[in-house]
Amino acid sequence: MSIATTDFTFVADLVRQRSAIDLQPGKEYLVESRLVPLMRISGESDLGAFVSRLRRGDTKLIDSVIDALTTNETLWFRDTAPFDVFAKQLLPDVAKSSMTKKLTVWSAACSSGQEGYSLAMLLLDWLPRNPGFDAKVVGTDISHKMVERASAGKYTQLEINRGLRVPYLVKYFDQIGRDWVLKKEVRDLASFRWGNLSQLPVGHPQCDIIFLRNVLIYFDPPTKKKVIENCRSVLRPGGYLVLGGAETAPSLGPHWKRLEVDRAVVFQHQLMQGGGA
Amino acid sequence: MQALVVDDSRVMRTILTKLLTNLNFDVVQAGDGAEALAALDAGARPEVALVDWNMPVMDGLTFIKKCRQNPEYRDVVLMMVTTESEQANIVRALAAGAHEYVIKPFTDEVIAEKLEMLGLIER
Repeated sequence: MSIATTDFTFVADLVRQRSAIDLQPGKEYLVESRLVPLMRISGESDLGAFVSRLRRGDTKLIDSVIDALTTNETLWFRDTAPFDVFAKQLLPDVAKSSMTKKLTVWSAACSSGQEGYSLAMLLLDWLPRNPGFDAKVVGTDISHKMVERASAGKYTQLEINRGLRVPYLVKYFDQIGRDWVLKKEVRDLASFRWGNLSQLPVGHPQCDIIFLRNVLIYFDPPTKKKVIENCRSVLRPGGYLVLGGAETAPSLGPHWKRLEVDRAVVFQHQLMQGGGA
Repeated sequence: MQALVVDDSRVMRTILTKLLTNLNFDVVQAGDGAEALAALDAGARPEVALVDWNMPVMDGLTFIKKCRQNPEYRDVVLMMVTTESEQANIVRALAAGAHEYVIKPFTDEVIAEKLEMLGLIER
C-alpha cells in the first residue's frame, strides 16, 4: 500500500512540527509501514482516507501517528560496545573528576526505557564498588506513550529476549505472569519524563554522560546542530556524549573531542579557554 | 567456527542450523543431550552449543551439567533455547553452567544479538 506524495508531505510536516524529526522524501516506506497498522485499527481501508482524518484534526489519531513515527526499535544493551565502554571507561572517568559525587546519565530519546534501564543496571553493579557515590538515570522521550511505558518498567517475554544478558534478567527483574518487571532498586535509579530534544526545558539536570543514539539521523542539519548544542548546555565539561554507531560524525565542533574507545565513538565536552564552554 | 544444535525437534534443528549457517557457523546437530555428549566425546569442539531443555533420553539441563563437569569442554559456550520461561528455571540453568538463555519463540535477530553479546560474532 503506497502513500500519495501530498499525503506523505502532510504527514512529514505534521511530524516535523510536533517532534522536529525530519522525514525527507525517500522515507515513504517507513511512513507507510508505520501508518498501515494504525489505519487498520482506525477502521479505514486506505491511507488516503486515514490521512484525511489527520487533516481534519483528529487529535487522538495525530498523537498515535507521532508515536508510531518517532519510536525506534529498542533493545537492551543495544550494540553492546557503548555499554561496555560506559561501564569500563566513561563511568570511572567522570567519577574521578566529579566534584559532587552525584552522577547523572541522560538517556535522550529513551523510547520504552530499555537503554535507560540498561544503564541503571550497570550503575547498580558499579555503585557498591564505589562507596560515597550517588547516581541516577534520566530518560526523556517525545512520545508520552513511550514515557508511560518506560516508567512502568514492565516488559513482555519477546522484549526481554532482545539483547538482555540473562544474568541481568534474573538479577534485576521479577517475573509476574508472562511479563517481566524491573525490581524497585532499578526503577528507583531511573526516571522518565516527556522532552523535546530541540527545546530543552529550563531546569534540565546537568549531566555527566549523555546517550543520544540513533536519533540524530532523523533530524535536519539545523535541528541536529540545535540538539547537539542543547546537549552541550547540560553536559558538564569533561562529560561524554555517546552517539549511535551510524552517527560517527568526524567532528561536532570545537567544543568536542572525538574519542574512539574500543568499538565505540564518544565525544567529550571540552572546556574552551576563555570560558567558552 | 562450529556450533552444536541440540534439540529433539527436527524442525527446530533445521531452523537453527539455517540461521547459524547464515552467520558462518559449521553446524553439528544432536537430537538430545546424550547424542550431544557423544558428539563432544567423538571430538567435536563447537564454540557454542544451542540447547533445548525438554528432550527424551537426556534433557538439556543434564547435558549442561555433564558438559560443565568435563574440563575438556569448558570452552564451549552454552546457550539454552527453550520454551521453559519460569524465572526459577532460568536461574537453575545459569547455576548449572549455561551462559545465555533464549525463550522460544525467538527471531533470527534474537539469536544473533545473543551471539554478538557473547563475543562469538561481529556484525
